[in-house]
Amino acid sequence: MTSTQAPKRITDIGPPHYEKFLHPLIKRNYGQWRYHETLAPGVLCHVAESGERIYTVRAGSPRLLSVSTIRLFADLADKYSGGFLRFTSRNNIEFLLDQPANIEPLKRELREAGFPVGGTNNSISNVVHTQGWIHCHSAATDASGIVKALMDELHPHFTREDLPAKLRVALACCVNMCGAVHCSDIAILGIHRKPPQIRHDALRKGCEIPTLIASCPTGAIRPAVVDGKRTVDVVEEQCMYCSNCYTVCAAMQMNDPENDGLSIWVGGKVSNARSEPKFSKLAIPFLPNNPPRWPEVVDAVVNIVNVYAKHARRFERLGEWAERVGWPRFFELTGIPFTRYHIDDFRYAGLSYARSTHLRLRS
Amino acid sequence: MSENRPKPTPLLDQLESGPWPSFVTEIKRAAEKSPAAEDLLGLLERSYEDKKGHWKHGGIVGVRGYGSGVIGRYNDIPEEFSNVAHFHTLRVNNPSGWFYTSDALRTLADIWERHGSGLTNMHGSTGDIIFLGTRTDELEATFQELTAAGFDLGGSGSAMRTPSCCVGQARCEWACFDTMKFCNDLTQAYQDEMHRPPFPYKFKVKASGCPNDCVAAIARADLSVIGIWKDDIRQDDRAVAEYASGGLDIARDVCARCPGQCMDWDGAKLTIDNRDCKRCMHCINAMPKALRPGVERGAAILIGAKAPIVQGALLSSVLVPFVPEAEIEETVRELLARIWEFWDEYGKNRERVGEMIQRVGMAAFLDGIGLEPRPEMVAFPRDNPYVFFQKEDVK
Repeated sequence: MTSTQAPKRITDIGPPHYEKFLHPLIKRNYGQWRYHETLAPGVLCHVAESGERIYTVRAGSPRLLSVSTIRLFADLADKYSGGFLRFTSRNNIEFLLDQPANIEPLKRELREAGFPVGGTNNSISNVVHTQGWIHCHSAATDASGIVKALMDELHPHFTREDLPAKLRVALACCVNMCGAVHCSDIAILGIHRKPPQIRHDALRKGCEIPTLIASCPTGAIRPAVVDGKRTVDVVEEQCMYCSNCYTVCAAMQMNDPENDGLSIWVGGKVSNARSEPKFSKLAIPFLPNNPPRWPEVVDAVVNIVNVYAKHARRFERLGEWAERVGWPRFFELTGIPFTRYHIDDFRYAGLSYARSTHLRLRS
Repeated sequence: MSENRPKPTPLLDQLESGPWPSFVTEIKRAAEKSPAAEDLLGLLERSYEDKKGHWKHGGIVGVRGYGSGVIGRYNDIPEEFSNVAHFHTLRVNNPSGWFYTSDALRTLADIWERHGSGLTNMHGSTGDIIFLGTRTDELEATFQELTAAGFDLGGSGSAMRTPSCCVGQARCEWACFDTMKFCNDLTQAYQDEMHRPPFPYKFKVKASGCPNDCVAAIARADLSVIGIWKDDIRQDDRAVAEYASGGLDIARDVCARCPGQCMDWDGAKLTIDNRDCKRCMHCINAMPKALRPGVERGAAILIGAKAPIVQGALLSSVLVPFVPEAEIEETVRELLARIWEFWDEYGKNRERVGEMIQRVGMAAFLDGIGLEPRPEMVAFPRDNPYVFFQKEDVK
C-alpha cells in the first residue's frame, strides 16, 4: 500500500447500494415497465408506462476477465451508455442505452474488440461454467478451455436466435456443480471414475478420521490400521467418486489423469414456463479429457444441438422435446448408445424406471 | 524470478484463435503487468499437458475478523511456479442485479491491479465479483481498500452465502416484487451470518422476480423466493390480435402449450380461465406486449435446492405458496430465524437444509418451524400407507 496514513478499518458494510449504479432513465421508471421487444439478437428495448425506452445491448464474455478488459467495457459504457452497464446471470455484459443511435456503433466496437453481440431469446446464451484447472482443487477437468472450444463452434447460435427455444448450456468441473448445471438443456460435467488413492502418511497428519468417515454418503469409508497406525480404507464397490471425502481430507486423492473425464447431461430446465423445472438426464456417461480443444466433447454437444434444432417444435426446450418424442427416440436420433450406465442405481432410482406399457414401438 | 522469460504455452495458445472471446488472451493481458498471471498461464499449461489440476486445498486464510470471503489456494509445484505459490481468491459482494457505473468498475480494477493478479470473474457462480489470485500478505490490504471504496466481501464456507437476484423491477415488466431491494436488504441484515460462518453447511437465498427464474433459485438456493401473482393475467386484446396477424400461431404455440389448459383462441379472441392458470409464464413470454402478470403480486417461497454433493441433487419445494409483495421480506426473515434454529439443532455437519428435510421428513420439519401443512406443498398426497401417527391423535 502506498497511502501514508493507516486507514480506519471498516467491516460489515455489505455491497454498495445498487441505486448508485442505475441509469437515470431506469431510476425514473423503476417498477413501471410495460413491455419489451427484441430489436435484433442481443438488442432489447424495454418500454415504460411513461413511454420512455431503455435499450440493452448484450455481448458474450469469457467470464474470466482481465482488468484491462473491464476498463475497455468501462470506456465503451462512457462512450455509448452514459457509463451504465451490468452483467447477467450467465456472465454476459449488458450496456444500457437511452440513445438508439448508439446501438449500431456500440455493436460494431464490441465485435471489433472480439465480443459477440447476442445471447437473447431462442439462442444459446453464454455457457455458465466453473473454475476448472485455473483455480479449483477438486476439478476433474478444465472449464474455460472446453467452453471456449465449444462456443467457437456454437457461436452462430449465440449471434442468431435460430433455435426452437432457448438452449442453456452449462459446465461444471466436478459433481460439486457450482452453478445450476444440473438443470441445464445441456450440461457438461467433469467426473472421476475411480475411488480415492489414500495417502496414509498425510491422512494421519492432517485429517480427523471420524469426520472423514462421516463424510461418505454411501458409508464406503471404514476405519483401518496400516503399519500399526490408525487410518481408513475404502470399500471400492461402494464408492461413487463424489469427492466429498477429498474436500474433508486432502489425503484422499481423486485426481487421475487417465480416468478423469466428462459426461454429458441433457433436458434440464430451471424456468417454470410450460413444464415444471427438471434435472438434466444422462446422455453420454464418459468422454475423455482431451485438451486443449476437447474435440470429443465439442462434437458430442454440437450433434445434440443439431438434432434438437432439426426435430423440436417451436417453444419446445430440449427436455420437453425429448419427453414428447420419448427418450428411446432421443437416443435413436442422436445416435448415442444407451448403456447400463443410463439406468439410475442411487436413491429414488425406481422412480426413473418406465412403470407403464406406454411404449412407442415401431416394426 | 522476474527475469524469467515467459514460458512457452503451445497448448493454451491454440485457445486464442476462433470467434469466441478467449480466456487465454485475458490471462496474457493480465500477465503484461502481473508475474502471478504469467505463472498462472504456465501452471495451466502444465495441467493441459498432464491432464490434472495443480491446486491444493485452501487451508485457513482470510482477513481479520472474517471467517469467509477468501478461498485459499496453493499450487502443488511452487518451486516451479513461485508467483502463484499462494493464489487466494477474494469473493467481493456484488451490487444487487450486477449493475455498475464505469467508475465503479475502474475502482475495482485499480484495487485489484495494485494487490492481485488483475484477473477476475464477472461473476462467480455465487454472484460475487471474483478477484482471482493473490498472496496471503495482500489480503488485508485489498480488503481495506475495498471497504474504503464501499465494497465488502461475500460469503463462503458454512455461512449465509451472498444473496443474489435477477434484474427485477429495474428493467423487467414481469418482476412481481422488488428483487433488488429484497436482495440488498437481506444482504445488509445478515452481514454477521455471511462473514462468520455459523451453520452446519452453506445456506443460499436467491430471488427471482417471476417463474422464469433467471437466477435459477429453484435449482440452487436453500431458500428460493420466486415472484408470482394471484389475480388475473392482464390482457390487451388488440395486441393479441397483432401477434396473430404477425404470424404467431396462438392456438398451437400458446394455447396448446398451456400446462393449465386454461386458454382458448377462436381465431379472433383469446379467452383465459385464470382459475386454472399455473402462472407458468409461457403465454406471457410468447406475447410480452399483449399479456402481463396481474396486479396482486407477491412471491412463492420454496425450500431445499442443492447440487449433488452430498446425498444427491434436489429442487426446492413449496413452503409458502403466496406472500403478498409488502410482506415478503418480513416473512422471509421470520422463516429464516425458525429454519436456522431447527437446522442448528438437527442438521449434521455438511448437510444442506434440503437434505436434512429429506432425512427428518417434511412433516417433522414443518412441525419444527411452526408451519401448517398445505396441499400446495406436495405434487400429490402420499401413496405410501405406512403412516406414523402422532401420539396425540390416537387413544
